[in-house]
Amino acid sequence: MPKRTDIKKIMVIGSGPIVIGQAAEFDYAGTQACTALREEGYEVVLINSNPATIMTDAVVADRVYIEPLTLEFASRIIYKERPDAILGSLGGQTGLNLVVELAKSGILEEYGVEVLGTALEAIEKAEDRDMFRELMYELGEPVPESVIVHTTDEAVAFASQNGYPVVVRPAFTLGGTGGGFANDEEELRVICDNGLKISPAHQCLIEQSIAGYKEIEYEVMRDNADNAIVVCNMENVDPVGIHTGDSIVVAPTQTLTDRECGIMRASALKIIRALKICGGCNVQLALDPNSFKYYVIEVNPRVSRSSALASKATGYPIAKIAAKVAVGLTLDEIMNPVTKTSYACVEPCIDYVVAKFPRFAFDKFPKGDRTLGTQMKATGEIMSIGRTFDEAVLKGIRSLEMKTDHLEQKDVNALNEEQLWDKLGKCDDERIYVITALLRKGADIEDIFNVTKMDRYFLNRFKQIVDFETEIKNNKNNLEVLKQAKKMGFADSYIARAWDLTETEVYDLRKENGIIPVFKNVDTCAGEFVSHTPYLYSTYEHENESISSNNKKIIVLGSGPIRIGQGVEFDYATVHCVKTLRECGYEAIVINNNPETVSTDYSISDKLYFEPLTIEDVMHIIDLEQPLGVIVQFGGQTAINLADKLVARGVKILGTSLENIDRAEDRHEFEEMLHKLEIPQPQGQTAVTVEEALVIANKIGYPVLVRPSYVLGGRAMEIVHNDDDLKVYMATAVKEISHDAPILVDKYIVGKEMEIDAICDGEHVYIPGIMEHIERAGVHSGDSISVYPAPTASQTVKDTITDYAIRIGKGFHFVGLFNIQFIVDKDEKVYVLEVNPRSSRTVPFLSKITGVPMSYVATRCVLGESLEEQGYSEGVHPEIDRVFVKAPVFSFAKLRSVDTTLGPEMKSTGEALGGDDTLEKALYKALIASGVRIPLHGNVLITVSDSDKQEGLKIAKRFSNIGYGIYATKGTAKFLQENGIYVRCVNKVNEGNGESVVDVIRKGRVNYVINTMSISKEVSQDGFEIRRAAVENNISCFTSLDTANAILRVLEAQSFTTISMNELED
Amino acid sequence: MKKRLLILEDGSVYEGVAFGADQFRMGELIFQTGMSGYQEIISDLSYYGKIVMMTYPAMGNCGINRDDFESISPNVFGFVVKEYCETPSNFRCDMTLDEFMKLKNIPGIADIDTREITRKIRDHGTLKAILADEDANVNEIVEMLRNRELPHDGVQQVSTHKPFPIPSRGHKVVMIDNGTKFSTIREFNVRGCDLVVVPYNMSAEDIMAIHPDAVVFTSGPGAPSDIWETVETCKTLLGKLPLLGIGLGHEIIATACGAKVVKMKVGHHGNSIPVRNLKKNKVEFTSQNHGFAVDPDSLKGTGLKVTYKALNDETIEGLEHETYPIISVAFQPEAAPGADDCKYIFDDFCKMIDERSAK
Repeated sequence: MPKRTDIKKIMVIGSGPIVIGQAAEFDYAGTQACTALREEGYEVVLINSNPATIMTDAVVADRVYIEPLTLEFASRIIYKERPDAILGSLGGQTGLNLVVELAKSGILEEYGVEVLGTALEAIEKAEDRDMFRELMYELGEPVPESVIVHTTDEAVAFASQNGYPVVVRPAFTLGGTGGGFANDEEELRVICDNGLKISPAHQCLIEQSIAGYKEIEYEVMRDNADNAIVVCNMENVDPVGIHTGDSIVVAPTQTLTDRECGIMRASALKIIRALKICGGCNVQLALDPNSFKYYVIEVNPRVSRSSALASKATGYPIAKIAAKVAVGLTLDEIMNPVTKTSYACVEPCIDYVVAKFPRFAFDKFPKGDRTLGTQMKATGEIMSIGRTFDEAVLKGIRSLEMKTDHLEQKDVNALNEEQLWDKLGKCDDERIYVITALLRKGADIEDIFNVTKMDRYFLNRFKQIVDFETEIKNNKNNLEVLKQAKKMGFADSYIARAWDLTETEVYDLRKENGIIPVFKNVDTCAGEFVSHTPYLYSTYEHENESISSNNKKIIVLGSGPIRIGQGVEFDYATVHCVKTLRECGYEAIVINNNPETVSTDYSISDKLYFEPLTIEDVMHIIDLEQPLGVIVQFGGQTAINLADKLVARGVKILGTSLENIDRAEDRHEFEEMLHKLEIPQPQGQTAVTVEEALVIANKIGYPVLVRPSYVLGGRAMEIVHNDDDLKVYMATAVKEISHDAPILVDKYIVGKEMEIDAICDGEHVYIPGIMEHIERAGVHSGDSISVYPAPTASQTVKDTITDYAIRIGKGFHFVGLFNIQFIVDKDEKVYVLEVNPRSSRTVPFLSKITGVPMSYVATRCVLGESLEEQGYSEGVHPEIDRVFVKAPVFSFAKLRSVDTTLGPEMKSTGEALGGDDTLEKALYKALIASGVRIPLHGNVLITVSDSDKQEGLKIAKRFSNIGYGIYATKGTAKFLQENGIYVRCVNKVNEGNGESVVDVIRKGRVNYVINTMSISKEVSQDGFEIRRAAVENNISCFTSLDTANAILRVLEAQSFTTISMNELED
Repeated sequence: MKKRLLILEDGSVYEGVAFGADQFRMGELIFQTGMSGYQEIISDLSYYGKIVMMTYPAMGNCGINRDDFESISPNVFGFVVKEYCETPSNFRCDMTLDEFMKLKNIPGIADIDTREITRKIRDHGTLKAILADEDANVNEIVEMLRNRELPHDGVQQVSTHKPFPIPSRGHKVVMIDNGTKFSTIREFNVRGCDLVVVPYNMSAEDIMAIHPDAVVFTSGPGAPSDIWETVETCKTLLGKLPLLGIGLGHEIIATACGAKVVKMKVGHHGNSIPVRNLKKNKVEFTSQNHGFAVDPDSLKGTGLKVTYKALNDETIEGLEHETYPIISVAFQPEAAPGADDCKYIFDDFCKMIDERSAK
């Protein structure tokens, strides 16, 4: 069927901010979709609130709206743009939900907007538990016994009839938010209460538990002519019970016979045909390991994280093809974009093994509950490709950047057998290290199987790896063993440790003896057809397929897995760098390992190597390609951290030199340089021992800001108020940091934080914009609301900042991007907090709002073109006449036991942008887009520390003036009442028998919670429970009074206030 | 670990690890792109005379079970893999792949860069090859490979020697066994057909004496030119009875109708190959295993018309006759291993028998 000609303009919905369960994969899907639609000649209008994405680039769609993904704003855009059709199945659950909402509101019908892709009816059938189960019964497809409940009592009744354990799955939520296993009534009541609250439809599915079954996924596609294909099947190494996003996943399935594959395939295709899916779809199945019995777990009628993984695993671009299918093309008339010699109507054959590992944020949330279950907790993932399972697994482990290069982990290794079995039973994110530690101690596979229910195949393979460790240890310098170890995927650094050599010595030994990897193509067809796409992975085999050209080549290092502090922003910068290189006539080669991202889309670069970002793996590619140099400044800290090792091996770093990177990152050199440039910074020193730290702290005076050098996203950064706290910090936080990096102890200055991103060509500096943070210093810049143009900074401050930025750029001889964080105290004195010699989180935000294509300009600087030649003269870009606000987005609801208090440690996973002509309007949009609800009437709960009471009073007064009711706990309530505010006093958590503060939150009586920690930082269990209750009940909780003030500005701008004449006189 | 060699007629030699049996026979080296179903593949008699190389690297993960065989005595001449699994895991697993291959005298070689050889075959066509011991005289073997012809006696080797019934009460179907798969028999079984399986060289007269309602020409190794007697039988049966041809059977029917069958460069060996169903104008996925194909230019005047074409290279994958009740497909509609989108062909054939019987 040819493509539709009756539609011209298509509105595409993005997925909004990055949260756990909905990450960069939708930027990849959305970008592919927009590109594919424009390729077919359609006009594309895009709406997405996430500025850190490629898809929101002005060149990706014809018109880009960075607006909140809500009915209100989407309707406005429909009214303004009058699209003929709308496509929401590429924007994750958010996109899908918005299309459903738009359809229900009637606006689509009113303006004649057709829903493209899968029909809404089918979406509802797949997503509504009742309808889905009905359909499965109709098709004769088995589903576990279950019941849809709207109250917790119904759930309990079901469980007492069918027995525990049961699974609770709230309807219409992301990544299984709010769900979980319940082993008894008490647990069930807690989980179900919470699930009902979180579900937009107020319904939960209570299901017989099939934990322990194999979890199998099918990525399927269908077109309107009913052609249906399986793109990829995948097997979770972890059985049913652990969310697939948190599981180690392999593709294709490893432990299924053809008969089992056939049963699963038939089921998946039957379902997709019955649903009349038009596009991509994910079917999750549970297979009994002891029979052919299986159950359909769930169906996602859209592209998903799994489909991004399947796309990268097979080379088959699901989102791109889905977009083409949505406009009427059929699979058998679209060419396979990988081979270009065969059709897209194909079930890809692969000739390698793919492994996906989740990346967790528990390194940043040491107190978080690490147990894995049905609620996804991973923030990102990596994918690795090998010719064997072992190779894929070991490459995967070292791609994770979790301070290990092998299936072992220091802390886990230190545990005794009993502790290991105990930990294994808890099934947390470190289970794979626990399994291998147990295997090393000689544990029996059957015993491990009984606890984990991981298929014995996988356990045997882990054992094979562990067994070979001994072989390596016993055969120092044996080349045969070395070769075998490399074939199995062992890292040079591991072998180096075992053989007491340096990593470089192992590398050299291999090279001398010809033990080097070859590169193979990913081609969707296992080599059956000629493929024209250089999408490559390494393996230790015979034939090398990667032909090095004679072009001028540059390698760009990507940023690896998405984690807190290093998100999609870095992929944005990487992609732009690559595009610029190609435009300037260079062959651009990307190395990265994140399957979710645009940078690992093979159509972005001239050559894509899907490899771990370790020195060994990167050097193999450099040895082969012989590039002019490597660009590290766009790949975040991941790439920067490789710079010194690359230079040590004679590789040229393009852009800012290693020497100058070090100058910015090494505390001493940095201080010296700032001193030389006559730029002030908060007083501070470095310490390597507790004693030193105490001396420094007492010298400069508390409070002090302590953190290790070379950190990411403020990891392990804290504000410390006294000697005791400092001792605790040094004892707990420091051991996580590598020993050669000292601890920084700085004076903590109270003031406002400002931030700039700038470009330097080595001689001159251009500053696209100066941003101001709403929250005062102490809250990590990534967690602050930032505003451009800086709303309260005076021209003098802005001038000082510009002057400092220019001096720093020149002084450090930066070439490319850099970022500076400032603090401005009440006397308008400007201090430099830190300088990052690389692209930063705010680059996409600033690029988009100022129109200065920062990565593009910076890349050209790196290539040797001056700013002047590019038309930029030194100084700051003229301020834009519109206000933009970037608000952080958190995933606290998914991370149990994590404290939501904002501090120097970054906690947000994503961001949303709001832009309008006043600060209040922009704030409103940004907050709405970030998921904060802004009702004009309601109640606010205020519990603040003593030192915040005065400020809290002002806030309470303003809430009161616009008609909000105030709830407070005793201390705060008394203070507010004394100052003439009507307050409802509530009990503390375990006090009295009246309504407690947590009850008020659970029952939804309040719309906001304002909670600040006492300055003495005693671990206040009450505060923690208040904050967790708020998060788990989907109520916004502000732990900074600055954020509360910002909300008030928004509310006040939209409300009438009632103030007596007397008050006016005050 | 014992080493072993894979030697090709072009003189290239690949060293790998030995597994399975150690009796070597020259065969035609082909690649198979299926990611599952190694048990079905090595026991499919159509692979007689072939050294099968799997493009998917991990073989033997589920071991071998008693139920998934496609024949009693597998006859593949060699199995070339990247890796075979010594610790399989599946609830039906009875033995390892290695144990099974030793039992059935199938030699194997592992730790081979199968992708490299796949690309070679893709570009140059299939090659004669043999497995050999580490210390074998390579030059002599290459010389032998160049001078000796591949065997043409596949069907003779694998076909049943005596007719035997698989009784039921439905349509009486004679199945001419060229090396049939169990799964083909199973499809007729579930449709209640009263099967008589006969040797490939049973005469048309003897077949008619059974009074069948229909005749099936099964899949098997080699080409119609190896078994002219079967082609002659088919010629006699044309128009008399509904005929179904699968794989080699399809080529037999085409030849009997006067079309020409030619050797393909690499053949189609995979679990999920897209074909266009020309009647429904829809793509379906098929399990395939054929190294010969019907020459489209030779169809003129044969009364045959094309019903299925491979999506990518347009190979003829299915035919029917303008006047006679004949269905023939080059692919394996019974699947096992692989995609079973076209199982309805057995229903269509049974319907054809119904209609014929009703007349």
